[in-house]
Order: sequence, then C-alpha cells, then structure tokens
Amino acid sequence: MNGLLNVSSNPHTRSKVTSSSLMFTVIVSLLPAAGYGVFKFGLNALLLIGVTVFSAVMAELLFDLITRRKITIGDFSAMVTGLLLALNLPPAAPWWIGVVGAFFAIVVVKMLFGGLGQNFMNPALGARCFLVISFASIMTNFSVDGVSEPTPLALLRLGERPDLVEMVKGNTPGTIGETSVIALLIGAAILIIFGVIDLIIPGMYILTFLLCMGFFGGHGFDLYFLAAHFSGGGLLLGAFFMATDYVTRPITKLGQFVYGIILGILTAIFRIIGPSGEGVSFSIIISNLLVPLIDKATAPRFFGKGGTRNE
Amino acid sequence: MAKMTFSGGIHPFDGKDMSKDIPIKEITPKSDLVYPLSQHIGAPAKAIVAKGDRVLAGQRIAEAEGFVSSHIYSAVSGTVKAIEERRVLTGNSVLSIVVENDGQYEAVPAWPVKPLEEMTGEEIIERVKEAGIVGMGGAGFPTHVKLSVKEPSKIDYVIVNGAECEPYLTSDYRKMVEEPENLIAGLKVYLKLFPYSLGIIAIEDNKPDCIKIFKALTKEEPRITVKTLKTKYPQGSERQLIFAVTGRELNSKLLPADVGCVVNNVDTVNSVANAIYRGLPLLRRIVTVTGDCIKNPRNFSVPIGTLYSDLVEEAGGFRKEPVKIISGGPMMGFCMFGLDVPITKTASALLCLSEDDISKAEPSACINCGRCVEACPSRLVPKILSDHAENFNEEEFLCGHGLECVECGCCSFVCPAKRPLTQNIKSMRKILLAKKKR
Repeated sequence: MNGLLNVSSNPHTRSKVTSSSLMFTVIVSLLPAAGYGVFKFGLNALLLIGVTVFSAVMAELLFDLITRRKITIGDFSAMVTGLLLALNLPPAAPWWIGVVGAFFAIVVVKMLFGGLGQNFMNPALGARCFLVISFASIMTNFSVDGVSEPTPLALLRLGERPDLVEMVKGNTPGTIGETSVIALLIGAAILIIFGVIDLIIPGMYILTFLLCMGFFGGHGFDLYFLAAHFSGGGLLLGAFFMATDYVTRPITKLGQFVYGIILGILTAIFRIIGPSGEGVSFSIIISNLLVPLIDKATAPRFFGKGGTRNE
Repeated sequence: MAKMTFSGGIHPFDGKDMSKDIPIKEITPKSDLVYPLSQHIGAPAKAIVAKGDRVLAGQRIAEAEGFVSSHIYSAVSGTVKAIEERRVLTGNSVLSIVVENDGQYEAVPAWPVKPLEEMTGEEIIERVKEAGIVGMGGAGFPTHVKLSVKEPSKIDYVIVNGAECEPYLTSDYRKMVEEPENLIAGLKVYLKLFPYSLGIIAIEDNKPDCIKIFKALTKEEPRITVKTLKTKYPQGSERQLIFAVTGRELNSKLLPADVGCVVNNVDTVNSVANAIYRGLPLLRRIVTVTGDCIKNPRNFSVPIGTLYSDLVEEAGGFRKEPVKIISGGPMMGFCMFGLDVPITKTASALLCLSEDDISKAEPSACINCGRCVEACPSRLVPKILSDHAENFNEEEFLCGHGLECVECGCCSFVCPAKRPLTQNIKSMRKILLAKKKR
C-alpha cells in the first residue's frame, strides 16, 4: 500500500440513480407517444420533433458557451424539454415554431433563471403557452393533410359525441403527442415502474378533475362524458409527464397531494367555463407558480417533534 | 407479527455476506500498542503510568478525569515506551500511551465478583465505571453515565441494539450467534438496575438465525422479549430504534432516558457482562475487517490499542490495492489517512474498498426530485437545509430544524445529482453546536 488514500465525508457510497439516468427514462417513456404521433401525422411530425429537440439542446449549449458556464447538455434535461414541447405542438405547424418555442423554453424560462432546478415553471409548457398566445392561428390549427377537423373536446362542447374508441387509440386530431391514450399510459407505466414518478400527482389530479367534472360539468356522472374528458385534451400527457416535472412540483408528498388537487380543480374550471375547453397547460403553469407557497405550508413535521419527557 | 420500523431510510448494498459466516478469531498483538487518552465522549483520561514503567495485562494505565470520562487499561504486559502525541483515526494528534509488548501476557488477577443478586445498583454502576466501558456502537459515551439515571424506576425499556444496519458490518451478528448467553446475562444486569423495565433485544430481519436463537433462549424469561425489525438503514440509529420498538419519539433535546429508554449496543452489553460476572475491564472489542480489497474478510476479537495495520495482516493482507479505507461502515464511517493508527474502544470495522463512489460522482444542480425528503429518517428537507448551510444562513437553518439531523447520510446516498447534502448539513451543525456550547 503506497499510494495516497481517498478521503471524504460520510456517506462513502452513493445510489446508482443519477439525474441523467432519470432524464433518460423520461425520454424513453415519451417515445411511445412520439412514435404514435409520427405514425399518425406523418413526416412533418417527425421533422417537428427533430427540429424542436435539436433546437432545445442547441439553445442550452449556446447559452452555456456565451455565458461561459459549464456545459450542461449531458444531463439530457434539454432533450426532455424539447421532446415535451414537440409533443405539445400541432402536427401541421411550420418547423420554425419548434425553433422559436425551444429557444423560449430553454433560454427564457430555464436558463435565465439559473438553469436546471431553478426554473419556476415547466419550460415546455411555458413555451407552449407563449406560442399559443403569440401564434394563435398556427397553434390551434389541427388540420391533417389540409383537412381541418375539430378536436374531440371541441366536438364534445358542440354537443356531439366523438368516438371513444378512436380517442383511446389516438386516431383523433390534436397535438403530436396528446392523442393516444394507450401510448401515453405505456409511457406512464414506464415512469412508475422505474421509480421516476409515483401516482400521487397524476392520481390526485385526474381524480379531482373527474369529480369536479361530474359535479359541475353539467352532465352529471355520465360515464361517456367523463371518459371523453379523461382521454382528450392532453390530460394524460399533462398529468403524467408535465405536472410531475421534479423541478416545478412540490417537494413533499403532502405538498404533491395538494398540488394534484389544485391542478384538478383548475383544469375543470378551464374546461367548463374557459374559452378553449382544454386548459391543461394553463392549469399546470398556474399551479407551478403556487409551488413555493405549497412547499412552505406543507413542510414536514420533523421526527420527534411530539416527543415529551416520560413523567 | 408486524415488523417494526420508522418512516424514511434506504436500502444500500449490504455486503455482509463477505464476513458473516466466518467465526470470530481472537488476535494476540505482536507489535506496540497505542492508547489515545481520548477515545470516548467527555474529558480525556489522565495517564497514571510513566515512561519506563512495567505494566501488566488488565492494568489501569489512565484514569477518568471527572464523571463523564473513562478509564483505560493495557491489554498486554510490557513497558511504557512513551507518552506522546500520536496520530489517531481522525487525522488529529492525541496524547497517547505507547506500550511495548513483551509477549509474556502476564495479567493482573481479575476483580473479585459477587453474584448479581447481591449487588446494589451503585455497585453495578461503579463496576461498569471501573471497567472503562463506553458505548461501543460508535459514539463512545461512557456507559456508567448512561446507567446513572436519576430515577431508575422510570426506565420502562432496556433496548439491546442488535440492528447492525450499517452495510458490511457483521461484528454484532457474529457475537450474537456465537455467545448469545453472554448477551442475555449482560441484559440481566441492566434489568437488575432498572427494576420496572422490560428488556428488548432488537434485531433486523436479515438475521433470522439470530432472532431464532434469542427467541428460544428467552422463552422462559418474563422480562426479556425479542423484537424483529425491518431491515433498513438507519434502523440502528438510537432515535429510530426507540421509535420502532416503543413508538416513543425523541428529538435532539431529549435523551433516551427522558422517554424511559436505555439503548445499548451488543458489544457494550457483552462488555458489561464481562465486567460484572468475570471481573474483567474493557480490553477487547470485535472488529469486522472486510471490503473487496481484503484477502480473508472476517471478524476479530482485537485488544484495544492494536494498530489497524496488524489487523490487515491478520486478515491475509490486501488482494487489491485499496483506494479508500474506512473505519466503520460505508454510511457513517470515517475515512482513514493511513493504517498506522490504533483501534480504540469505538472502532467497529475496517473497510477497504478498491473503488470510490464519491470521487466518481460529480455533483450537479439539484433537480428537486424529493428523494432526500423521502429518505430522511428525521423527516427534514435536506435539500433546503443544505442550501442554507452553503449560504451560511444560520437563522433559516435553525428554522428548518437542522439540529434534528442525525447525520445518517441517507440524503447524500439517494441524491441523483450527487450533491454532498449530509456533508453540508454536518458542517453547519458542527459550527452551530460549538457555538451553543460556548
């Protein structure tokens, strides 16, 4: 034994889970939805996904280079943001929408606030809302091959009954990644099995939302009506992949419980009285802003707080 | 029966298989023995021998200074070679007595023993103090102080901590399997001291053979029960253990005795038994020598004062060049700078690893995943405490109950961003606790 020994403060062992491995799992879990989007909407969807992911990574790389920070693209978080944003774009959108959105998401929402872990709002959703407001006609045009069709939830609003089976399969108009219930649930299962997320946020979100829709949606607990709302409008994409974003959700379990309930109520309000009848993205970014408050209010009760002397 | 546990905690790689099936081997030291005068919590002991004196095995060579302190005994016969500053485990230099081993092992006679039934409480505590016994799980709190509770009748539970939740460590396990009667005899000393208490032997469920042995041996004992704990780190942490077996919660302002509990490590209880029934001072302890670099990992009964390098030799030397050497387990152990330091009363293991997780892990930005919150057995928010510690924000750190941290290391272990959470919180606590004392 000649060489010097390594020394460090305890503990001297670490778990195998890393930030990159978690992000990578998220990317894998989004692939079924992305794959279905490409299968259904064709090459333009593939192009959009590619351009958006590439732009997101480039945006982070450029920002790091210009501000002379450590290059952080190796943690895959920019890829996740790009992919999520792409899945939230209409399939017929021009390619530059992806570029503008990705730069907004990475530079404005994430990097300017200090990079990974510091953003107060989900970057992909922040960018989507920015795009919806700035380029409303492009972002609400869900035409496929030039044929414009209303989304299932828009149909539902008009009093029609979209085909539930087609909704579950995903054979309906919508953004690239939101249409297929099956693909999204496969992705959600991947996240849960690999321990990336648990069911607290998505579970409470969906449960509260369905209860609110049942009570105040005007159709009572009509199974068809609730199932359509469950399957459409990006609820699953939002609940499993975006509301669960680590950075912008509460850190304690109790906080996550409360957060899920708030999300459910907000989404129900948007769908019942909002102008577009969807509103998952807006609910999530509004709830993101409430997270510091929720965290403060739900700080855990430390072990032994109730401890008293044994008299 | 439901297994007892607490909320939070982790399941690290346990590595116990390496050493758990090999019997304990008794070591006779060959080289000099080194006795640092401070190897316990409290005032350092005072040397009562001088350079050149001849000492016998079992002879007291340093005396406790005050109540919270402990005597130190020589484990071999020989001459006092020097009383000088010697490097200890932590890298500090501590005044130590160096005994040159003459290889005769000439011993002083054991103290006279009385049957336990005839001993009074004071006599028991006095004998424990005489024997120089301290908490051998790692903290090194003098045992006679722990036993001197104001009202012994208010102690409801005496808990023997047989959890051994630290990965790689098997010393308590071996001792429990090899000499269960001694442990029960030791526990009976405690029960005699605390007349209304129930003795609990708490063992994690990864040691089913141990649980079986003790259940069989204590069948006829109305005041002793065996409790099965869920295997989880840090199940052996005092507060978590008390909560798991009694449901009583303890915070940093309370001592176990305040909630009617006395907790002792397996090796400590065994040493108490040796002092009371055999009239022997604390001369030896069980040390696990293990890790992927050690040729023959196993447990040793080691005279206190033996150098760590002798232990490695006894275990067959190195199979691979170690990169990291830890005294204790991988979660709460202490990294060593070299092997030329002595085994003290609190050293539980020597772990030699050929790979270092820590230097490979590059800390990155916190992603707020909440894993540290889930793992924290003290139910704190380590991520936020660590930030306050980094910014030296004393007020917010105290507000977040940073002093309740038990420094178990769970948060750093689970962190996917590999942030040194425990290290930050620990440093801040050290500063604040020192400030408080002043």
